[in-house]
Amino acid sequence: MVEFLQFTLSGISFGMIYAAIALSLVLIWRGTRLLNFAQGGMAMFTTYIGIEVIYHTGSYWAGFVCALAAGVVLGTVAQLAVIRPAQGKPELNAVIITIGLLVLLEGLAGIFYGGQFRSFPAAFSVTGLHVGSTALGISRFDVFVAAAVLVTTLLLAVGFRYTTAGLRMRAAAFNATVARLSGIRVARVITVGWALAGLLGALAGVLVSPSTFLYPNSMDTIFVFGFTAAVIGGLDSPLGAVIGGLLLGVALSYAGGYLGSQVTALVALGILVVVLMIRPAGIFSGAQVRQV
Amino acid sequence: MSMRAPLLRILGAAVAAAVIVVILSIKLNAFRDYQIAEIAVYVIAIAGLTVLTGLSGQISLGNGAFMAIGAYITALMLAHLGWPFVAVLVVAGLASAATGAIVGVAAARLRGPYLAGVTLMLGVALPFLAYVYPSTLGGDQGLNVVYTQPAFLGANFPLTRWQAWISSAVALVVLVLLANLGRSRVGRNWRAVRDDEVAAALAGINVAQARVLAFVVSAACAGLAGALLAIITALVAPGAFTITLSIALLTGAVIGGLGTLLGAIWGSLVIVLVPVYATDVATSHGLSTTVASNIPVAAYGVVLILVMLIFPQGIQGGVLWLLRLLGISAARPSHEASTADAMPSAGETPARPHEKEGTQ
Amino acid sequence: MSSPGAASLVVEDLVAGYGEVRALNDVTITASAASITAVLGANGAGKTTLLRAISGMVRPRSGRILLDGADRAGRSPEDMARAGIAHVPEGQGVIPELTVEENLRLGTMSWPGMARRRSDRGAALAEAYERFPVLADRRRKLAGTLSGGERQMLVIARALIARPRVLLLDEPSLGLAPKVMRQVMDTVVRLSKESGITVVLVEQNARAALAIADHGVVLNLGRVVATADAKSLAADVALRHHYLGF
Repeated sequence: MVEFLQFTLSGISFGMIYAAIALSLVLIWRGTRLLNFAQGGMAMFTTYIGIEVIYHTGSYWAGFVCALAAGVVLGTVAQLAVIRPAQGKPELNAVIITIGLLVLLEGLAGIFYGGQFRSFPAAFSVTGLHVGSTALGISRFDVFVAAAVLVTTLLLAVGFRYTTAGLRMRAAAFNATVARLSGIRVARVITVGWALAGLLGALAGVLVSPSTFLYPNSMDTIFVFGFTAAVIGGLDSPLGAVIGGLLLGVALSYAGGYLGSQVTALVALGILVVVLMIRPAGIFSGAQVRQV
Repeated sequence: MSMRAPLLRILGAAVAAAVIVVILSIKLNAFRDYQIAEIAVYVIAIAGLTVLTGLSGQISLGNGAFMAIGAYITALMLAHLGWPFVAVLVVAGLASAATGAIVGVAAARLRGPYLAGVTLMLGVALPFLAYVYPSTLGGDQGLNVVYTQPAFLGANFPLTRWQAWISSAVALVVLVLLANLGRSRVGRNWRAVRDDEVAAALAGINVAQARVLAFVVSAACAGLAGALLAIITALVAPGAFTITLSIALLTGAVIGGLGTLLGAIWGSLVIVLVPVYATDVATSHGLSTTVASNIPVAAYGVVLILVMLIFPQGIQGGVLWLLRLLGISAARPSHEASTADAMPSAGETPARPHEKEGTQ
Repeated sequence: MSSPGAASLVVEDLVAGYGEVRALNDVTITASAASITAVLGANGAGKTTLLRAISGMVRPRSGRILLDGADRAGRSPEDMARAGIAHVPEGQGVIPELTVEENLRLGTMSWPGMARRRSDRGAALAEAYERFPVLADRRRKLAGTLSGGERQMLVIARALIARPRVLLLDEPSLGLAPKVMRQVMDTVVRLSKESGITVVLVEQNARAALAIADHGVVLNLGRVVATADAKSLAADVALRHHYLGF
């Protein structure tokens, strides 16, 4: 029973990281129908920037902030330089272009930062928390992870709901034609979407790297888990991304805990296939589709 | 009727290529022989992928997993059963083909990014089987591959040359088979499904069957490639079959010219030779090996992007363009529908706007 | 909001189409300021393409689109919107996933930055609610819950918030009951006269359109086959039979 609680809590913590990646994928997918296969690579690269800042300044938070800022910049630059020129081309081209971006980032990371595994500091203590004498299976850092993603998600949700910029983004995502006819510069909105996605990816990167170590391919698995979470929730649904992330995180935590940590990727594959066969549009897209 | 002429041409080209390979393998040293074998391996895998993605329009980021299946089956069979390699090769190919059928059926309704994502997940997850069953599959260390060359070669015949020969032989056979497949009704069906699924279905083509068949063929090729890779590297370990491999295959296919078999050859040459060359150049200039080995990787990324944006037909497209410019080649023989020719569309890779939603 | 006062709209020798198909062939149309011009014709005549070319959704191959004398052909839809052209496409216009109020706020997106102060926005919304009380009642509901007629009201209200100089309406009465359709038409007329907006109205229902228009243009297979004031067109029985079906 205690084990179950531990797995649940740590699953929630990891799940929030998958949720962050899933959310970044959803942000880009809505309105552009493009799946950014480079999202993990972008997160990895910005985490490297973060750790360089930490080494040179000695301050974790300086690195944290720089990583997030780098995420915004990288997202914007990638969209303007690589993705926008690809608009209007067949879908296959766009997928391969994001793969090309992924490969480029991994190569650059190897060139600038080397290929060896680097450890990334955690913001807070990673020793397990206890309630009385029961180990909870999570640490202060895990709580920070969940809180950070939750707060960021809420800020985004509030921003989307209540600001004019948010309205522009939602309008462009739901119906780009009407949005443009209303005078909304949809191209700019898309770039902002990429910038926000870059931010979320960077956040996921710094939050997960203490557990996985940092190396050019370290975000590959996290990316596919994030993708799976997004598919579970529905690629169109930001709320779905978060819930999908939590569900996946918890499920994989149980699998890893009870069956051994080597099976998590295989279990995730199974979940992905099952979801795509039963409910390919995701859990939360039904509502939206019905409302037209 | 006139199917024989192009077939003769293809066979003639294959024989000529075989002769060239034999000559090169004798004249060059053992390391080069190893490279010839390596190139042949990639040709097989990339040809399978280019048929899947270029002809039938299904993107796969997980063909490395099929290679792993072929490789591990080879290692296990050679170690435990002592069968002749030809038999092992056939079994490896069939096993991968069967897996390809399963994947193809599961993915039959998936399109575009969804399909890419699922195959990516496959490529990430499958190698973990080695860790789940470490006693049989060797875990992180992997399995050694026990291969002895046939006795009739004699004791002095270099192993690497033999491996170059059999790898190239398999590669040429695969290329000839794929060329014929591409020019047959199967190939035409693939193209029709790729270009417009609805029209293809209305024309009476069984879309799901065509798509699954493409996966089967592609997986079989990857399985054969994996089997050969196992014997030339003498080791199979999960670290050799990460998604880096799958992406390398896609990179080779795209740079070489998606959908063309000659493109598979160009792509393999690039994937195998460029890193070695670039690393040599870079280290001779004083750069560390890590940096040197990553320069080609970064370059691949840039080239992939540029090819997709500017020159989707890749190297093979460039070759054809050059030939046309020099007046050597006639107007595009699109009616032959041969996979050796450049793709019919005007400079764009085939996946069409109808693939809007990820799933049907 | 664009500068007050309606603008004249002149389309000169416009050629536009999709891929191989030429939907518009040397089309010339004049809509004088503050007038209502009906664009009529059978299906496939090019009416929708005409509006799309004017609003920037379709890039014309040649020809000019003069807004108060200034050529704007080839601009993007966002730029056209900001220049004062409001286009309500056929069957679209409302974003069902947004609330009524959010849909209305979209109308303010084409205002120049300076004017987009909160108070101005509030005033514009209040004005719309006064004109269309139905929308006021539903302001927080999702636009997808509105009936067909209510959606048309919403769409027109939003277009008006944009303070356009030219309003392009594509089949505003499509799918509406006759009574509702009359309401919509009345609203169009009233607002055109009140706010002095130039209206270009594409309608299948030629009779209803000519009843409210000042001027009429008939398209057939991408060419202008008749252009005259509305009364004359309505009276021309042969023309009506041939091109308009009544």
